[in-house]
Amino acid sequence: MTDVPFWNREVETAERSRIEQIQLERLRQTIGWALKTALYRKRLNQAGINAPDDIKSLGDLRRIPFTTKDDLRVSFPKGHLAVDMGEVLRIHSSSGTTGIPTVIYYCRDDVDHWTDLLARSIVATGAVATDIFQNMMTYGFFTGGLGLHYGAERVGMTVIPIGGGNTKRQIQTMKDFQTTVVHVTPSYLLHIHSKLGEDGIELKDLALRKAFIGAEPHSENTRRKIQDLLHIDAYNSYGLSELNGPGVAFECVCKKDMHLWEDAYIAEIIDPQTGENLKDGQEGELVLTNVVRRATPMLRYRTRDLAFLHPQGCDCGRTHRRLSRILGRTDDMLIINGVNVFPSQIEEKIMKIPEVATNYQIHVDKKGALDRLTVKVEIYPKLFLGEATKLEALKHKIVEELRASITISPAVELHEPGSLPVYEGKAKRVVDERPKD
Amino acid sequence: MKITQISVFLENRKGRLYDVCSLLGNHGINIRALTIAETESFGVLRIVVDKSDQAIKLLRENQFVANFTDVVAIEVPDKPGGLASILKTLAEHDVNIEYMYGFVEKFSDKALLVMRFEDTDFAQQVLAKQNIHVVTSKEIEGL
Repeated sequence: MTDVPFWNREVETAERSRIEQIQLERLRQTIGWALKTALYRKRLNQAGINAPDDIKSLGDLRRIPFTTKDDLRVSFPKGHLAVDMGEVLRIHSSSGTTGIPTVIYYCRDDVDHWTDLLARSIVATGAVATDIFQNMMTYGFFTGGLGLHYGAERVGMTVIPIGGGNTKRQIQTMKDFQTTVVHVTPSYLLHIHSKLGEDGIELKDLALRKAFIGAEPHSENTRRKIQDLLHIDAYNSYGLSELNGPGVAFECVCKKDMHLWEDAYIAEIIDPQTGENLKDGQEGELVLTNVVRRATPMLRYRTRDLAFLHPQGCDCGRTHRRLSRILGRTDDMLIINGVNVFPSQIEEKIMKIPEVATNYQIHVDKKGALDRLTVKVEIYPKLFLGEATKLEALKHKIVEELRASITISPAVELHEPGSLPVYEGKAKRVVDERPKD
Repeated sequence: MKITQISVFLENRKGRLYDVCSLLGNHGINIRALTIAETESFGVLRIVVDKSDQAIKLLRENQFVANFTDVVAIEVPDKPGGLASILKTLAEHDVNIEYMYGFVEKFSDKALLVMRFEDTDFAQQVLAKQNIHVVTSKEIEGL
């Protein structure tokens, strides 16, 4: 292919041996950082790793035990912090499986590295400094907003930090500033498309040419639908806050799955049951080691995402292996309009409300292009005093409690005792009726 | 005198109101007054029946979520401005009405209304002073 744009051609097209050399050097450095944390010191010592030099080859990585989300919960808030707080430039956080969030610290170099990976990702899609970039991801603790924001600024794009939601304003802004590139969840972009024309703004009034779509798994069909409806190119994006956020893997102009930036992340695919490493092309759980983050080193983090790595290279000339679409999860995490929600978070909240009986159901479906989360609870008969207003207030209380925990507002339905199906396992309480296209 | 209203929680499901009415009907319990407080996703059925103790027992035995509320039933002149005159009196005495609804039948030429007050005892005192007839449980049973 000719005219393939690069941010850092040397690194992006490096020989395999060169990539592995960078990985080994950076892994050793990361081990040095990790040994400063309460979380890793003990487990590294137990594995016979007491200094960076104890890592002789990349194969030694497998001596290190996996890190799980639960480990980060247990080490909350600072058990995995490797630097003094004075050096920390930023904190991001994501929902934990229960009430305790997963927190990630970044020092100046960490933000700089992350930003560079995003600049590299953006340029790989063919976006350029003259593009007008409307970032529709939520800002704040969520990494999707600020991550791409900084990356786009580094590329030199004009950044519109509009954040998530408010569809009318999104469309108006796309028209007013002739936005050419958006960063958005696929479901929200389809929702925006469905609202075009309502206020007199049509597709022809817009200048959109590209979309970075991420934060929720989607199919090739969804991408095609977005491209056909909006006449744009859409690029898949992958990341998770434990590993910085977006910019772990991103599609290039070829749009044939996402280059995983291997100079920054060591990727493994494992059998989620046995923990055995699998070969390229085999589907399993993605395990990632971040080798460029000093404040919060992350060794062999189990993402719970199921995927595979492409064994062969890419037409664009990049040598970093490509990650497939996310094919599923090994746990019960739900992704609702790009927000990660664990059923256990919902259970924890509703069980604390006395007017609610013990049976409940979590229901997910689609309303238009967007996901809709409904929490169905049974009311506790002894606390029914006959007033509809009190029940309405109860419903609002449940919505508020849940929103505080999972950050999105579910619909709440009150049911009669004994009317919801009784299940034995937690996972069965979730009914996901979203179409799997 | 207070009378008993039964409230039944009804989830948004087809035939649920029918279930309540047929259960009561099959046991010879007659509904005298009825209203439904509805919301987007559920309803609360409010009824006054001739045999309220038996009705609530029956409902609970059949897994309905049901409870008692004290309400007051009064007779209102069945002519233009009849209700307004009573509401004027109540308003002048700062009696707050939470909700009200009508009976199906009546004893005389006057209409019969169920009223739920914020402070039932105070409301009854005000009504008694104004010589407004407050209906008794006995009268309801005999309707």
